[in-house]
Order: sequence, then C-alpha cells, then structure tokens
Amino acid sequence: MMPLRGAGLSVRLSRRPLLTGLALLAAGLSVAVVTLGTGTVGLTPAEVLRTLAGGGPPGAALVVLDLRLPRVLDALLAGLALGMSGAVFQSLSRNPLGSPDIVGFGNGASAGALLAIIAFDAGTVPATLGALAGGALTALAVYLLAWRGGVHGGRLVLVGIGVSAALEAVIRFLFVRADLGKAAQAATWMVGSLGGRGRDDAAVAAGGLLVLGPLLFLQLRRLTMLEMGDDAASALGVPAERARLALLATATGLTAVAVAAAGPIPFVALAAPQLARRVTRAAGPGVLTAGLMGSLLVAAADWTAQRLSGSAPLPVGVVTGVLGGAYLAWLLVATRRGLAR
Amino acid sequence: MVIIGGRTEAAPTRDTAPASTRAYAAALAAGLVLLAAAAAASLAIGTRQIPPGQVWHALAAPTGTETDGIVRDLRLPRTLIGVAAGAALGLAGAVMQTLTRNPLADPGLLGVNAGASAAVATAIGVLGVTGFTGYLWFAFAGAGLAAVLVTLLGGAEPVRLALAGTAVNAALFGYVNGLQLLDTGTLDAMRRWSVGALDGRRGGELAGALPFLAAGAVLALALARSLDAIALGDDAARSLGAHPGRTRALSVAAITLLTGGATAVCGPIAFVGLMVPHAVRPFTGAGARRLLPCCLVYAPVLLLASDIAGRVVTPPGEVEAGIVTAFLGGLLLVVLVRGKVVRP
Repeated sequence: MMPLRGAGLSVRLSRRPLLTGLALLAAGLSVAVVTLGTGTVGLTPAEVLRTLAGGGPPGAALVVLDLRLPRVLDALLAGLALGMSGAVFQSLSRNPLGSPDIVGFGNGASAGALLAIIAFDAGTVPATLGALAGGALTALAVYLLAWRGGVHGGRLVLVGIGVSAALEAVIRFLFVRADLGKAAQAATWMVGSLGGRGRDDAAVAAGGLLVLGPLLFLQLRRLTMLEMGDDAASALGVPAERARLALLATATGLTAVAVAAAGPIPFVALAAPQLARRVTRAAGPGVLTAGLMGSLLVAAADWTAQRLSGSAPLPVGVVTGVLGGAYLAWLLVATRRGLAR
Repeated sequence: MVIIGGRTEAAPTRDTAPASTRAYAAALAAGLVLLAAAAAASLAIGTRQIPPGQVWHALAAPTGTETDGIVRDLRLPRTLIGVAAGAALGLAGAVMQTLTRNPLADPGLLGVNAGASAAVATAIGVLGVTGFTGYLWFAFAGAGLAAVLVTLLGGAEPVRLALAGTAVNAALFGYVNGLQLLDTGTLDAMRRWSVGALDGRRGGELAGALPFLAAGAVLALALARSLDAIALGDDAARSLGAHPGRTRALSVAAITLLTGGATAVCGPIAFVGLMVPHAVRPFTGAGARRLLPCCLVYAPVLLLASDIAGRVVTPPGEVEAGIVTAFLGGLLLVVLVRGKVVRP
C-alpha cells in the first residue's frame, strides 16, 4: 500500500484515475466496435459505427443491431458488475484473491439458477430470479456462519471456500439429476458463456446495475474508511459491522446480476481490480476503474473466444479462466512470500 | 491472540497432549472393522443390490452367474481402487498437514490433485500420449510441481494458503475444461480429469500405479518420526538427530507418489486428505507416528462410503465419489473454521 500523500500531491493523484477510467472506457468501447464487426458477415469498424448511427451498408443493421449488439452490451455490463463487486470484496477481505468467484458467491448464484431451471420452467426470468436468490442466500449463509461477535475478513474467506466447495457439489448433483433438455440449458450456467445471450440478458444486467451501481457509490466513503481498520473507521463515525454488511450485500447483488446475465465468468472479478490498481497507481478500492477494466476484460475475452473457436463455440469463461490462470501464476511468482499484497 | 470485533479470543485450549495408547489401539482396531464393513457394502450396494450370500459366492467360488460378473469384474476392482486411493490421499493429507503445520493442507484444496490432472490432460489432449504407463509420469510431474509450490508457501497463514490453492484449482480446472471443449473427440476421456470418480473398469490401471502408491505409503510411514522431530522446529530437530532439509524433500516425494498415483487412477478427488486427519486426531494426538497409520485405515472408509452414497443417492444415475467428498469436505471446512481449529 502506498503511504498517504501530502495535500499538494493528492490533486495530481486523483487526476490519474480519472484519465485511466476514460482510457479504459474508450478501450472497452473500441473492442466492442471490433467485436460488432466480427463474424460470418465481416464489417470494418467504420462501417459498424455508421450502422450504429443509422446508416451503413444494406443488411448490416440486422446483423449488428439485432444479432450482435445485445451480446456485446451483455459482455460490457456483466464485466462492469464483476469488476466493481471484485473491488469491494478484495477491499473487505483485504486480500487480492478475495474475489467473489473464488470465495464462492458465483457458485451460489449458479446453484440458484440451476434449481430454478430444473424446478420451474426453462426461461430467462426464473433463471435470473434463481441466480439472484441463490447469490443472496449464499452470502447470507456465509456471513452468518462466519459471524462470531463480528465478521473477520479471513474467516469470511475460509467459510466462503467451504460453502463454495459444497455448492459446487450441489451444482454437479443437480446437473446429473436434470433431464437432457434442461441439462443443455443448465450447462451454460456452469461455464460462463455469452453464446445465445441476448436482449433479455443485457436488460437484466442493465437493470441490476442501474439499481445497485448508485447504491454502491453512496457507500464508497465507508469502504475507504473500513480499509483503515474497524477501529479507525468507528472513530470516524462509520458503524463498521453495519457498513460491511451493507457493502457485502451490494457487492453480492452485483455478482449475482453478472452471473444472471452471463453465467459464472471466472477470474474477471479477481483480476480487474488488481490490473486497474496497477494502471491508476492509486490507493483505495478504485471501484469504478475496476468496473471499467472488467468491461474491457470480458469484451476482449469474448472477442478472443469468437476468433479462436472454429466449429465448437468456446465459452468466454474458458478464455478468462486460462488468461486468469496465467495472471495468477505471475501474481504468485512476482510477490515475495507468495501472496503479500 | 486474535482480536476480532473488539473481543479477545482465548488462547487455543485444544488438547495437544497425546491421547492414551489404549484409545489409539481401540481406534485402529475399530478402523479395521469399519474398513472391512465398508468394503463389503461397496461390493453389495449399487444400482443392482446383491445379497451378501451371492457376494460371497462370487468371491469364493464363482460359477459365472450374472452377479458373479458384476462383483468380480466391476465392484471388486472399484472397491480395491477406493481402498488404495483413499489410503493414499489420506496419508498425503496427513503428511502435508504435519509438514506445513497448516490445518488446511490437503492435496485437493491446495491444488496438488489439480496439478496432476492438468498434466495428464495435457499429455492426452495436446501431446497425444496414450496408455496409462505413459501419462502416469505426467501425473507425478504435475503433482510434484504443485507439491513443491505448496511446501514453499507452507509457512503462510491458512487464509492465504487456502485462497492460493483455490485460485490455482480454478485456473487448472478451467484449463482442463478448455481442453475438453476444444477437443470434442476425447470429451469422455477428458471428463474424468475434472471430476474424480471410482471406476471398476480401471482395475488394470490400479495394478500399474500400485507399486508407486506402496512406495509412497512406506516412505510416508517411515518419515513419521522425522516429521514429529521437525514439528518442534529445525534447531530442536537437528539436536534430536533429524535432518530437516532431507525430511522435507522426502515428504514432498511421498506426497507426489501418493497424490500423483491416486489422481492418475481416479482423477482429482478433494478433501479426503483434509477430513480424515482432523477426524482421527482426537484418538491419536498430533504426533505423526500415530496419526499416519490411523489415516491409512480411516481414509479408505471415507472414500468407499462417499462412493456408495454417490451410487444410491440418484438412481439410476451415479454421483461421482469426488463430488460427495467435496460436499462433505466443504461443510467440514466451515465447521473447522467455526470451531477455532483453523485460525484465520
């Protein structure tokens, strides 16, 4: 962690995250434009932009606006939600690996979605509601199980890993039980995949972000205070335990929204805040830059997955999994004593 | 002392004094009885229930009936695989916990299984290696690499070690799943490298891995005394005539042989090595000399019971043994963290 800077320097420091955020936004949108032009019908970025503006070559509107745009928007929004929730989780657990997918909230949402698909009908609405309910229940269970006169970041992580392993088993069990037709739909909830995602999923992500995003930004001051430790935060008038619960609830909601919209895409919530921090070089949670980095990562991974796969469509989760693994190996090697922050 | 939420927790009150010799002997004897019972149940229970009389008939004097075939060709190899792999994983977990002095050490949780799995998947999917003897060596290489990494991280606190292991697991299994999806031709062959299961058709593979598993087990048991010595700290261990460096190296070798061999036969099965040492420690105390033999006997009981549970829970389908152990192990992890055995 960087030491606190003097007043004269703090102005300069806060400008860098802003510029970085704008650069990340631009990069994410550029990747989106390239992805919109990629596929059986190839279009140049200029043609894509003209189509988006209402002009463009004949027939491009159908391909770009109706077929590709929902999926690309879905990727950008899911990445935004994952990056933001990852930043909150890492800050609360004070560990660069304490991201929601590692700690198991993603598994809770997946199990909820699977249960909804198997118990009710196959469709976006029950699956989404199931994912949200599953994520919320898992978070509540982990929080209560980790509670002992307060919640310690480390205990939260360990309980989360345990619950996550049990939930993974439940997911596999449900998958074995599901009949063949439903199993095909269920499979997309086990590996993060954007294939077949469309307007409804993008709408879910947008709606969730519109509700939870502002809610999170209202709590950002508290998150920064909590990073200084519970005692310091309490001394500054922040009720530590209540603030942590509210933040945890909001971040879990964001994870569940991302899972509902795009399935459990691994490692984005882990890597996005870390990468964003390295670029901004700022102390503190950096929630917005982490979110924008998440958007960029998912969009880029989706483009890579579409380019790589020949006959069998490669889920975006496999690309982020492999790239995330490489990043993790680097993180383990680069930091002395393994995982020092 | 850890201060949590303004409250000070008491120093650990767990009884670390060695349990009585009588309790240990009784636990070991009870374990052997349970093992025999679990093996018998594993031969009898399944999609098709076979009465004990017919099981005995198949074992003692087979006459080629249908149930004889099921017992001898499918259930007997499956049970033997369960006994061998369970014992190997339990021993490996006990050695890892003693060596790293970390209560969360387990070949599955810390990614040693996943290392072996990913290496085998690479050998089959990318390098085109065929045949068990070919990829067995890849399993050892992958397990060894992961075991060295874990031992280097050994002194780390439980939270960091568990997080690192979970993340390594996620990355390696993501890689295995990727290979699986890209190479649809070997989808079925690849599937077992992401979920561990006992499979009666792999009796031949067990025979191939058995010498290595046996060597690993003998090595682990022979190291018990030295492991107890280095648990006192390196200086004290040297004054007792132990060689800390050599003991660590040999322990990693034993973990590699046991975990690599077990994973090559059954795929990655997690949490057996975590659960069993914690379950038997009340009867053995913390010392490796009593802990290791007890784990050797009780771990197969757990794996066989998990396998049997997987057979009966969703008839006619089966849930893999690795999924059952992951479910139980995950819950136990929560209990350990709540019960102050693991202190974040």
